Amino acid sequence: MIIIDNTRLPESHDDVEAVNSSAKRQPLYAARRKIFPKRVQGWFRRFKWLVMLVTLSIYYVTPWLRWDRGPYAPDQAVLLDLNNRRFYFLFIEIWPHEFYYVAGLLVMAGVGLFLITSTVGRAWCGYACPQTVWVDLFIAVEQFVEGDRNARIKLDAAPWTPAKVGRRGLKHGIWLLIGVATGGAWIFYFADAPTLAADLFSLQAPPVAYFTIAILTATTYTFGGLMREQVCTYMCPWPRIQGAMLDEHSLTVTYNDWRGEPRGKPAKHPSPAGKPVGDCVDCKACVAVCPMGIDIRDGQQLECITCALCIDACDAVMDKLGRERGLISYATLNDYSANMRIARQDDVVIQPARVRNATGGFAPGIRRTNWRSVLRPRTLVYFLGWSAIGMAMLVALSLRPAIGLNVLHDRNPLFVMLSDGSIQNGYDIKILNMTQQPQELVLSIEGLDGATLAGPSLTDAAARQLRVTVEPDLVLPLRLYVRSTARNLPSQSDFTMVVTSQDGAMSASTPVRFEAPDQEE
Amino acid sequence: MSGQDNSPGGHDRDIDHLSGVETTGHEWDGIKELNNPLPRWWLWTFYACIIWAIGYTVLYPAWPLVSSATSGLLGYSSRVELEQTMAAVETANGAVVARIAEAPLEDILADPELARFATSAGASAFRVNCSQCHGTGAAGGPGYPNLNDDSWIWGGTIEQIYLTIAHGVRSPTDPDTRYNLMPNFGADGMLDREAIKEVAAYVASLSDIGGAATPEGEQLFADNCAGCHGERGAGMSDVGGPDLTDKIWLYEGSLEAITAQIERPRHGMMQAWSEKLDDATIKELAIYVHGLGGGQ
Repeated sequence: MIIIDNTRLPESHDDVEAVNSSAKRQPLYAARRKIFPKRVQGWFRRFKWLVMLVTLSIYYVTPWLRWDRGPYAPDQAVLLDLNNRRFYFLFIEIWPHEFYYVAGLLVMAGVGLFLITSTVGRAWCGYACPQTVWVDLFIAVEQFVEGDRNARIKLDAAPWTPAKVGRRGLKHGIWLLIGVATGGAWIFYFADAPTLAADLFSLQAPPVAYFTIAILTATTYTFGGLMREQVCTYMCPWPRIQGAMLDEHSLTVTYNDWRGEPRGKPAKHPSPAGKPVGDCVDCKACVAVCPMGIDIRDGQQLECITCALCIDACDAVMDKLGRERGLISYATLNDYSANMRIARQDDVVIQPARVRNATGGFAPGIRRTNWRSVLRPRTLVYFLGWSAIGMAMLVALSLRPAIGLNVLHDRNPLFVMLSDGSIQNGYDIKILNMTQQPQELVLSIEGLDGATLAGPSLTDAAARQLRVTVEPDLVLPLRLYVRSTARNLPSQSDFTMVVTSQDGAMSASTPVRFEAPDQEE
Repeated sequence: MSGQDNSPGGHDRDIDHLSGVETTGHEWDGIKELNNPLPRWWLWTFYACIIWAIGYTVLYPAWPLVSSATSGLLGYSSRVELEQTMAAVETANGAVVARIAEAPLEDILADPELARFATSAGASAFRVNCSQCHGTGAAGGPGYPNLNDDSWIWGGTIEQIYLTIAHGVRSPTDPDTRYNLMPNFGADGMLDREAIKEVAAYVASLSDIGGAATPEGEQLFADNCAGCHGERGAGMSDVGGPDLTDKIWLYEGSLEAITAQIERPRHGMMQAWSEKLDDATIKELAIYVHGLGGGQ
């Protein structure tokens, strides 16, 4: 019998088993293995709390931010006004025809994902994905109500006493509340939040609002509380896609088996120097804390969302044992392979002595995680592309005209001959006033000598321009004709329609075609 | 790359060594199927979908039979749904349509909201009822007037257009129809061949498409044609006499076509639409046609 110094040794988790363990036979359709992630403390856990705080705050608070846009536009800072087809984002107002800004944002999101993934791996999955954030929140609630891992396992196995019913009911109740709040926050993005909130509580809100809340409550509760890691592993296509974006320079959560193997039970571990065994004491703390229920020591795997909680758990153990941190660490495949070559040399077995020097430190040549590895041509190109799109969008946003002109030429018929032999073309014209004030604008035609504007709103037969008033934030549709008395017109001539503000400060123009019959030779 | 493993489970387990995953034992041409288990909820969802599908085919029309299909217990029919949708749209538009039916045409034109609605409704009614002859763009063709231009045989004010649509042109069933006939000058022997040539040349000269104006031709025109086409051939929309001095011709604008028309005139016919369409629709059509660019 060997006496173990419990003050120095970590708690062992022999009962822990990874969900994808190859040791146990599983049927074609397996029941879900229950996972009870253990609470962990450390740098990455604190970072995850921070990300959760920031992302959830943004999500829940954003619709309530006000932004003064004057009397003609809503005062909500972020509003997707589907009814009036306007998107408001702080000082930016997007009209339907400007949807390319949204496309630009999506391209930025895509390139940004390449950038982040190629440098720090699946950071999206591990920290920012809504599924990850809400699951983290739901697990925190579970921990708060039912206690940490062992208490939860015990409660799960316990018979259904009133106490258990109470605890479980409380947990599910809080989960459902979070779900309602999540669905509730969602609809505030699509309507004036204070008004809608009052309507919601007085049962005056449109049915679609309640319906949306109900659906999002159900999905949040089911995905975040009940299905958790199953969503990532079985429903989400992202692990497959994002895994393919990694390369040998990308940082991934790695079990450094070049220093960990062969594993040894704590009791059998001799002091670090001299070593027939590696640093891994097989305490399974890394498995116990994993919200995905995997064993990172089996290597990179699809289920791993790289949340790095196993790093925190392992580092705590290494601290207790007085060994260097980083047995599990963010590492690149390059560094890992180089270290493995040292540990293995020509052998198939890892020899801990090869990576250690006489004093117990690491041998020269052992590579550490180097944050400079993120700076390389691939990430630089991504970054340049990403920022170029962002700059281009900002420039386009700041230069975009506040008035717009769309002209649609009649195609049926292309032209009409009038009784005096002049040719008339019809146009559907839309003048956009994207400012928050009424605008006095002048529509005129440039080019096409001798041609005049005609239409029900024009009384002057020789008009080449038309004064109109366009209400703020609205489109003025006009039906106008252009008449040319010129003989021998080519079958197609181009001219320009221009709309200008009275002071000339704003203008928009568009090229327009004038069609005439083919000239007989 | 597989081997036998006698585990405590008692079964012979076939483990794929490359992936470390157990196989199902199925093998095709040396390729073995791995047993990567799906979660059970996934299976239940699949079964639930099957049950849902069975219920769906019982409740809704689904199974094709020889000449029809099962009708389903709920009695759902997409035709009935369409009728309901159409009825709902009609009810929704009812108030505006009623205002159009009551208001005089000039008032409708003066009210932007009514005018916009009437134009849209008129455009769709036009495509259903009028485009067969006048074309979807109302540009007409030989024998079918172009409604975009500013030349009107029976007048281009909103009231005149309304009357033309409501009562038609030479409609045999409407006593109030627009009616006129050009005599068969040639076929009935009213003018001889030489006279027809003279008057045709005079008409052609009126709009500069060739032909020489002779005093004989002018006299023949004054005697035979001015009653309907006006003294100078400028047309009389009250009696539907087309303007012969402009560039627009219902049939072709050439000396030959003019000669043929004098010899044995062709006449178009338009149905009296008041027999088929309600008054509001005819008003909408009139407003749409009036707004095509030539309305007076």
